Amino acid sequence: MSATDIRGRIEGLFERDVTLVLAVLGTLYLAYILAGVAFGYGLRGQLNSVANLTFYIGVFGMLALALNLHWGYTGLFNIGIVGFMGIGIYVTALVSKPPVAEGGAAQVGGFGLPLSVGIAAGVIAAGLFGLLVALPALRLRADYLAIVTVAFSEIVRFTMMSRTFQTFTVPDTIDLWLFTFDPTADTVGLGGGGGLILNYADPLEALLRSLFLWEPYLGVVAFVERNYIPNNPKPVIDGVAYGILLLVGVGLFYVLLSRTGKSPFGRVLKAIREDEDVANALGKDTDRFKLTAFVLGSALMGLGGILWYSSRGSITPPSFRPNITFFIWIALIIGGAGSNTGSFLGGAIFAGLLYEGPRYFKNLVETAFELGDAPRNFGEAMAGFASLDPMPFVLYTLDSVSQLRLVIMGVVLIWLMHNRPEGLLGHRKETASSVDLARPGTDEAPGKPAAADGGEER
Amino acid sequence: MSETDESAPSASTPVDDAATDDAQTDGDDAAGEAPADGSASETGLNEAMGSEADFPSGSDGERYAPLEVEGLRKEFGGIVAVDDVSFDVEEGTLTGLIGPNGAGKSTTFNLITGMLNPDEGAVRFNGEDVTGLQPHEVANRGLARTFQIARELEEMTVLENMMLAPKGQVGESLWRSIMPMTRGAVREQETEQLERVWEVLDFFEIDHLAQEYAGNLSGGQRKLLEMARALLTDPDVLLLDEPFAGVNPSLEKRLLEHVHELREQGYTFLIVEHDMDLIMNNCERVIVMHQGRILKDGTPTEIKESEEVIEAYLGGEV
Repeated sequence: MSATDIRGRIEGLFERDVTLVLAVLGTLYLAYILAGVAFGYGLRGQLNSVANLTFYIGVFGMLALALNLHWGYTGLFNIGIVGFMGIGIYVTALVSKPPVAEGGAAQVGGFGLPLSVGIAAGVIAAGLFGLLVALPALRLRADYLAIVTVAFSEIVRFTMMSRTFQTFTVPDTIDLWLFTFDPTADTVGLGGGGGLILNYADPLEALLRSLFLWEPYLGVVAFVERNYIPNNPKPVIDGVAYGILLLVGVGLFYVLLSRTGKSPFGRVLKAIREDEDVANALGKDTDRFKLTAFVLGSALMGLGGILWYSSRGSITPPSFRPNITFFIWIALIIGGAGSNTGSFLGGAIFAGLLYEGPRYFKNLVETAFELGDAPRNFGEAMAGFASLDPMPFVLYTLDSVSQLRLVIMGVVLIWLMHNRPEGLLGHRKETASSVDLARPGTDEAPGKPAAADGGEER
Repeated sequence: MSETDESAPSASTPVDDAATDDAQTDGDDAAGEAPADGSASETGLNEAMGSEADFPSGSDGERYAPLEVEGLRKEFGGIVAVDDVSFDVEEGTLTGLIGPNGAGKSTTFNLITGMLNPDEGAVRFNGEDVTGLQPHEVANRGLARTFQIARELEEMTVLENMMLAPKGQVGESLWRSIMPMTRGAVREQETEQLERVWEVLDFFEIDHLAQEYAGNLSGGQRKLLEMARALLTDPDVLLLDEPFAGVNPSLEKRLLEHVHELREQGYTFLIVEHDMDLIMNNCERVIVMHQGRILKDGTPTEIKESEEVIEAYLGGEV
């Protein structure tokens, strides 16, 4: 393949995918910034709002990409995503939290290893649990895999809450065959219902330090403090920087999963999704492919979980309820299962419009119309109709918008299923091959119309 | 389906003669031109039969048999679907497996290809016992199959379908596919593979459909694609499960031509088919199954003359 050919392909890709992604992201950011202007936000508020949006675009984009490997490519019906996320962050916490200090806030300690080790351990643990779930379950039919995975994610959550695993006492020395450990930790554990305080190094700081960018970063913060935001801008800038970090993460996920998809490996995954018996009859060991794909996807979900909750300061079991799983499913369905670009777009649109959007809409309406207090309960809301006054009801609806978010998601999902079941980009499948499949030696444009031949029409 | 069965006896009468002629002048090239019943689909078949005469018909046991089946038995909850089935398929032949619905043909196929495990008996392929192996293990030893209802990977293009098939693709290892240093080798192999894919597409004359999604193909085109895909696994023996069902006459002729051409190239075929005429006219050896057992195993002439086959399969009408 000549250099111009490669460049042509890259440009072709640029025209279609990158433009679309930039257009969607641009629209979302513009809408949020305009809303910020309407709220009268200053620079700090705007940055906060943008950082928040970027954060959710990042995490939902990543997790939708990971789910796309399971469902979009391989047809594995995993509804236990949040379980793998939970395992990721809990193992990271366990490994990287410092030991319990006298007088510290944390009741439960960790092994105090560097955060990079903790993240690696979390990702590997999520992958291993993926293997554990998949080994017996992949022999089952698709819907049974779904049951196993959702049960698994609940088992994970209940284990987090369980008093049995709340704390462990670590022996002073651990003899492991050849090696002897002398852990500094005394008490480790999952923290039970109270959760864990993530009192390890700030992930952003740890990353920047390892890249020797921490000092320049502090310089930027100081510069902003002097010129734009006078009082303590660091949390805001941290948020923006973390958002950028997440977007870089999405990029890495995308590259990894595109490579996975556009290869003979990805082709077998697609074949498994379409008809496993055929793939098997063509000499592909489908169990091996399904296992590999499931483990890789689970590990990425673990990483997604780590990146989502690492900057939160603490984690509690209720954060890992199955609703997160279904949010990610909605994101994937919006974007279009089977397309990596679509998965990310779905994540971005879900984050911007359905997840964070309703709250912004409510604030916007309240700012615009200077509304009064909302009724406290449904009865009072309906009472207004007696005097033909809908306002109490409108106010009540607006006030309950965070609960109504789920209703809106449901409506969107139903609408999609009826009108565009393939999602935004589901119709444009990415060809599963590492090379261009056009006839060698010709510049034949793909998508030549198919001429009718002697075959019967279906 | 019963339509086919019923129409078979009446239609077979003229062909019957042709087949008999053929057998009498066995090994004679002129045999192919003997029948003059002039029906449209016959012409192609006869051309093909001309070349068939290069091979001795019937099982004289002298030729190497890559596929041997011995004493296969399979029960489904008290119903014996396949009972003591033994036969072998000789190299470079077209062997037909016929029988009425429920005779156990497809079950036999599934037992051979590892989709089902036999309760008793053994399947040997190229001298190796492949009984109870996984379908992919059987396929990788060079035994490819097609399905009764063409099973395409619908949301994959024809090219993707074809690229899937070749054996030993290095890029089927996840790490090789994603690591920068090994991806070059993957691309290189795929480029080589692609040439072969296009050759086979040209051979089956479906190259104009290459970019189409397999789900958009017509029934006949799917059959072509399925056979082309099976061929790309580089098999020694191809098992075709009703490759001509639901295919119109002109495409059927094309498919048959392809089969004969491949047979001449040295491929071995075992074909399950409902259509008596087709099998009788194209196979040098026919195995008749009935109620899970092998009723008769011999040349088309022998089958035609067999009272029990006529009794069981044709319902005694002929």
